[in-house]
Amino acid sequence: MAKETECGATEAILEKREALGRLREILFANIVMAGEIPSPTGSEGELTQLLSDRFTECWLNDISRDQAGNVAGVLPGKDSKRNLLVAAHVDKIWPESDDHTVNVEVGKMSGRGIADNGLGVAVLATLPLILKALEIRLESNLILLGTTRSFGRGNLAGMRFFLENTDRAIDSALCVEGMNLGRLSYSSLGMARGVVTVEWQGEGGSPDERCSGAIARLNQVVGRILTLNRDEFPETRILIGSLEAGSGYNVPPGKAKVSFEIRSEDAGLVRRVEEEVASLVHRADAAYAGEVGVEMIAHRQPGDLGGDHPLVKQARYALDRLGIRPRVEPSISELAALLDKRIPALTLGITKGENRHTSDEMIHLEPIFDGLAQIVSVLQFMDSAGFGFEG
Amino acid sequence: MSEVDQKVAQWLQTNTFHHSEFWDMQELVRAKQEAGVTISLCIPTLNEEKTIGKEIIVFKSELMDRYPFVDEIAVIDSGSSDDTLEIAASYGADTYLSADILPDHGFKSGKGENLWKAIHQLKGNVICYVDADIKNIHPKFVTGLVAPLLYRPEIQYVKAFYDRPLALSEGVRPSGGGRVTEILVRPLFSVFFPELTALMQPLSGEYAVRREILETLPFPIGYGVETSHLIDVFQAHGLNAFAQTDLDRRVHRNQSTIDLGKMSFGILQSFLNRLRHYDIVSELPEVNGLFRQLQAEGRRYEMLNREIVEEERPPMISLPEYRKRHGRN
Repeated sequence: MAKETECGATEAILEKREALGRLREILFANIVMAGEIPSPTGSEGELTQLLSDRFTECWLNDISRDQAGNVAGVLPGKDSKRNLLVAAHVDKIWPESDDHTVNVEVGKMSGRGIADNGLGVAVLATLPLILKALEIRLESNLILLGTTRSFGRGNLAGMRFFLENTDRAIDSALCVEGMNLGRLSYSSLGMARGVVTVEWQGEGGSPDERCSGAIARLNQVVGRILTLNRDEFPETRILIGSLEAGSGYNVPPGKAKVSFEIRSEDAGLVRRVEEEVASLVHRADAAYAGEVGVEMIAHRQPGDLGGDHPLVKQARYALDRLGIRPRVEPSISELAALLDKRIPALTLGITKGENRHTSDEMIHLEPIFDGLAQIVSVLQFMDSAGFGFEG
Repeated sequence: MSEVDQKVAQWLQTNTFHHSEFWDMQELVRAKQEAGVTISLCIPTLNEEKTIGKEIIVFKSELMDRYPFVDEIAVIDSGSSDDTLEIAASYGADTYLSADILPDHGFKSGKGENLWKAIHQLKGNVICYVDADIKNIHPKFVTGLVAPLLYRPEIQYVKAFYDRPLALSEGVRPSGGGRVTEILVRPLFSVFFPELTALMQPLSGEYAVRREILETLPFPIGYGVETSHLIDVFQAHGLNAFAQTDLDRRVHRNQSTIDLGKMSFGILQSFLNRLRHYDIVSELPEVNGLFRQLQAEGRRYEMLNREIVEEERPPMISLPEYRKRHGRN
């Protein structure tokens, strides 16, 4: 792709960026609404309904919800042979019972899930109006997709279902995440997620077990799992994401569990470490009066579009023109499913924020418009010419 | 069934709505244009920085930018010491200090003062008042209240009510008024204005009213403004001038019992003033403005006296400035 074309797309957006300001209130209202609707993995119905309503108000075609609960709408292009995809996952990490109130101050909003991924959903809902305000009519069809079941046991089920079952060939794709502006993901790590569960019989065992119940054995297992980290290239890391056990101060818990994730750029290493964890758990179980078991709940294959791919170069260029330093990081989210299918795809962040995955997750509002300019610029580039996975 | 009961039952059938009846924004915009109505949204404030931004964003986006339903959104402030006005202005609301409106008439501190001055300042021939402390803000807080005025010319005043169940059994929902409603206002209405008991939440701060009615009403500037309105409109136009809309759920901060006591005292003053005005009870003594509460600390007991005087602003139509600004000569 010639440099002139890359420049042209971005410069045109920058010139028209003021037009985006006219959509401020609509975009902000969408952020508030998408932020305040609880949407835990597996119960995303209310938020997909909001997206569906917004798509209807924007006169999108073929608005539908599929068996996986995904919601999609199509903005028809001038030349309907090619299809571009912009996706945002609609599930959040927070249970429905948590307070999802969004607080609005001058220049910022905060609340559970506002960045991940209330903002991504709001941008998806507003994108047809953004393109209209910028007077951009794409040659390709633009499929807007809100995907379900991204987190945890969801294992990207929404995106995987869509890719397995859509009858439209996707030329290239963008995944949008609320934060952070500058994020540029074009590769995905190999990943395996699992849960180790310990059940204590309630009597006997070592003095530690009589005092600490299932926690004592789980502690040993976690210690051994962490010895499986590999520092040599390609690095393999095991993340301990959560521990659950007990209900108070003085009753030894009968059950304990730990959630973990194995990550590596090498799929073979992920598999090998997974087998080592299974073997380690098996040995711990054999030597224990209670039960120790492991369940693997999610897997990702590693994938890499490559730093030299034209799509990556365009994203870098757009960020550079906006004065934002790219932060390249591999992804384990929807991008992995797209790269699995060898669809050229990126994940981009929309704005600056803080306190991710806490109850006061916060986003700054003004940088959103830089994020939008970046997204539209890359989208126009995707529309300008077809390219394969190899560039 | 008594005549009053029959009237109330009939009114509940015909004049009680649910916001979901008015979900179609395009239809509402059409109805508004057909009715030739202009709509002003007024949000009275005093230190509401935590919730005002969200209200403005949602109302402006959904009711002005996306659908041309509301013609102006105004925040009228009693002199906040926090960032209420800055936040409201930054998200596109028209902001006014109550003291700057009709300055020759001075400034009195109280929500009713802001509501009264809004009649002068705002342009619409329907004014919708929405409190600023709502956490679960949604366009229905405006559309649900204004819509009955668009479709039913005889309706003048639409109140909100919410699902605030005190208890649930066998699918029957109690009226769900607040504590002051159930303990003070409903008993008073039952004795003196039984038809007004049809209103589920007479004290709710959300209501939409036609200008021709608002400009004729005297305005207590404090807690009694809503109660006083209901009595005055009822006396002049009867129950059928009212409607009420179920807005489902309203999340807001709760007030302490001490504060509810003050509120009740203010409402009681206004209520007694209306009784005197309409000559319903003869020989009422002059209302005492000193509210007495008790406080105990260990074995020390003391009185907490507070002066709560429900001052009243005259009907706006009586002001020459108003008649000139709104062509009411």
